[in-house]
Amino acid sequence: MESIDIPSIVLGGLAYGMLLFIVSVGLSVTMGLMGFVNLAHGAFAMIGGYVVVTLMGGLGANFFLALLAAFVLVALVSVVFERLLYAPLYRADELSQVLLTIGLVFMMIATVTFFWGTEPKTIRLPSYLAGPMDLGFTSFPAYRIFMIGVGAAMIVALWLGFERTTIGAQIRAAVDNRRMAQSLGINVDRLFTMTFALGSGLAAMGGGLGIEIIGLNPQYALNYLVFFLIVVAVGGLGSIRGTFLAALVIGMFDFAGKRLYPEAGAFFIYAITIAVLLWRPQGLFGRR
Amino acid sequence: MTVAEAAATALATRHRVRPLEALPWVLAVAAFFALPEYLAVGTQILILVLFALSLDLVLGYAGIVTLGHAAFFGTGAYAVGLLSAHLDWHEPITGLIVAAAAAALVGLVSGWVLLRTHGLTLLMLTMATMTLLHELANEQENLTGGFDGLPVEIDPVLGLLRFSPLTYSGQYLYALGLLFLMFLVVRRVVYSPFGHSLTGIRENILRMHAVGAPVRQRLVTVYTISAAIAGVAGGLFAQVNAYITLDVLSLERAATALIVLILGGHGRLYGAFVGAALYMILEDELAKEFPEFWQFGLGLVLVLIALFAREGLTGLFAQAAERFRKRARS
Repeated sequence: MESIDIPSIVLGGLAYGMLLFIVSVGLSVTMGLMGFVNLAHGAFAMIGGYVVVTLMGGLGANFFLALLAAFVLVALVSVVFERLLYAPLYRADELSQVLLTIGLVFMMIATVTFFWGTEPKTIRLPSYLAGPMDLGFTSFPAYRIFMIGVGAAMIVALWLGFERTTIGAQIRAAVDNRRMAQSLGINVDRLFTMTFALGSGLAAMGGGLGIEIIGLNPQYALNYLVFFLIVVAVGGLGSIRGTFLAALVIGMFDFAGKRLYPEAGAFFIYAITIAVLLWRPQGLFGRR
Repeated sequence: MTVAEAAATALATRHRVRPLEALPWVLAVAAFFALPEYLAVGTQILILVLFALSLDLVLGYAGIVTLGHAAFFGTGAYAVGLLSAHLDWHEPITGLIVAAAAAALVGLVSGWVLLRTHGLTLLMLTMATMTLLHELANEQENLTGGFDGLPVEIDPVLGLLRFSPLTYSGQYLYALGLLFLMFLVVRRVVYSPFGHSLTGIRENILRMHAVGAPVRQRLVTVYTISAAIAGVAGGLFAQVNAYITLDVLSLERAATALIVLILGGHGRLYGAFVGAALYMILEDELAKEFPEFWQFGLGLVLVLIALFAREGLTGLFAQAAERFRKRARS
C-alpha cells in the first residue's frame, strides 16, 4: 500500500464532496418544496453525462459548451416530465411517487443502454485539465482542483441566489410553510417547476463533470442514487447549507474510507447515515 | 337488510374462505402435472411469491414504505449458506427455521430502531440498513465468499424430496408446501384483530395514536413477522439455487419484490401471486432476448400503475367484478 498522503486525501475527498453537492442540491430543494420523493434525480444526472459524452465525442464540442448544453437540455426535458408526470402526484402518497420515479429510472436506463450500450464512457478533457498540477506541497490531478473550484463557485452563486433575490426568498418561504406562502400570493407550483428545472439542470451538469471522477455507465442512475439521497436526507430537505455540509462530510469519509480501508468499502457511509438519521430524523439542518 | 346490517355481515364474514381463493393453489398443483419442464421457473415463482407476500404484510397492510426488504431475504439466504458451508448443517427444514430466526432478529432490532421515523427518512434508513448488510457480507470474505458467492449444499427434505439439478419436482413440491404454510400464517395475521389495527395504522396513524393503540409496538411486531417470512423465502432461495451471491442483499432484489407486489396489487393477499407469476413468466420470455425492452416496459408499467391503477391487477379485476355485479343488479 502506498504511504498515506493526507493532503491528497483531503483534496480528493473535497472534490468528490463538491460533485455530490452539485448533483444533490436540486434534489434537496425540490424535495423540501413539495415533499416529492424523486428517485429519478440520479437518472437526470446520467442523461446529462451522456449528452456531454455525445457532444464531445461525436461533434468534438468544447467541454464547457457541452456542460452548458447538458444543463439546458435536461432542464427543458425535466419541465416536460414535471408538468406531465410529477404534477398529478403532488398530493399522492410516497408509494405512488416512489413507483413513478423508479419506473422513470428503469425507462431512462433502458433508453441509455439501447443507444449507448453498457460499456463505461469516457471523455477527453481539455489538456490544461488533464494532467497533474504542482501545488508546492503536493502534486494533484488538475481536474480535481478544477472540480473544487467549480463547487465553490456554485455554492456562492446558489447562496447569493437563495439569500439575496426575491425568488430565493420565495423558495425559502415555500419550503418553510407552503400554505402560508401560497396565501401570500406566491405561485408555488410555478416556483416548483422553475426549481425543478434548475435542480435537474445542475444534476445534468454534475453528471458531465463527474465522468472523470465517478465514471458513467447505465447503472449510474441506480448506483449513485443512494449517495445522492443520503446527502439530501443527512443534510436536511430544502437546506442548501445542510446539503453542502453533508456532501462534503460524506464525500470526505467515503473517499478517505475507500483509500485507507479499501476492504471496508462504503461501510462507513451507511453507518454514519444511520447514526445521523436516528439522531436527527429530519437531517442536520432540516426544519420540522 | 339495512345498510348497517349489510356492513356488519360483510365485516363478520370477510375472513371466510371464498371459492375463488382455491384458484392459485389449483393452478400451482395443475402446473406440477401439466408443465413438468417449467418446474424450475415455477419454483422461482413460488419463492418470489413468498418474498412479495412478506412485503405485502408491511407495505400493503401496515403501510410501511420500505426499499430495504432484501435485508431479510439476504439474511435468510446467508443463514442457510453459512450453516451449510461452515457447520456442515445440510438439513433443510431446521435450516429454514434458523433462517427465519436470524431474519426475525434483524427485523426486530432494525424495526425497533427505525420505525420511529417515517417518510423519506424511513425510506433511506431501510435502504441504508440493507446496504450496510450488503457491505458487511462483501467485507467478511472468509465467511461469505464475498463477491464470488457461496455454494450451498442441502440434504433431501425428510429424506424424500431431493434437490437435484436434473429433476425439479422435489423442490417445487417443497416450495409449494412451504408457501402454503406461510400463506396460512399471513392470512391468519391479516384477518386477526391485530391485522385490523395494522390497517387502521395505515389509514390514519394519528387516530390510532389517539384511541390509545400501541402503534409502534404493532409496527415492530408486524415488521418482525414479515422479516421472518422474508428470511424463509431467502433461505429457500439459497437451498433451491445451491449458490448465493451478494445479489440477495441488493437494491434490485428489494425493488423486484416491490414491483411484483405493486403489479399484482398490494394489501390484497393474492396480489403477490398474480404479480410474481406474471413477472417471472414475462422475464423468462423477454429479459434474455430483449433486455432493454424488458426494462423499458417494466418502467412504463410502473409509471402507468402509479398514475392510473394504484390497486394493481387484482384491484382492476375487483373493480371490474364490482361494475359487473352492479350492472347485473340494475
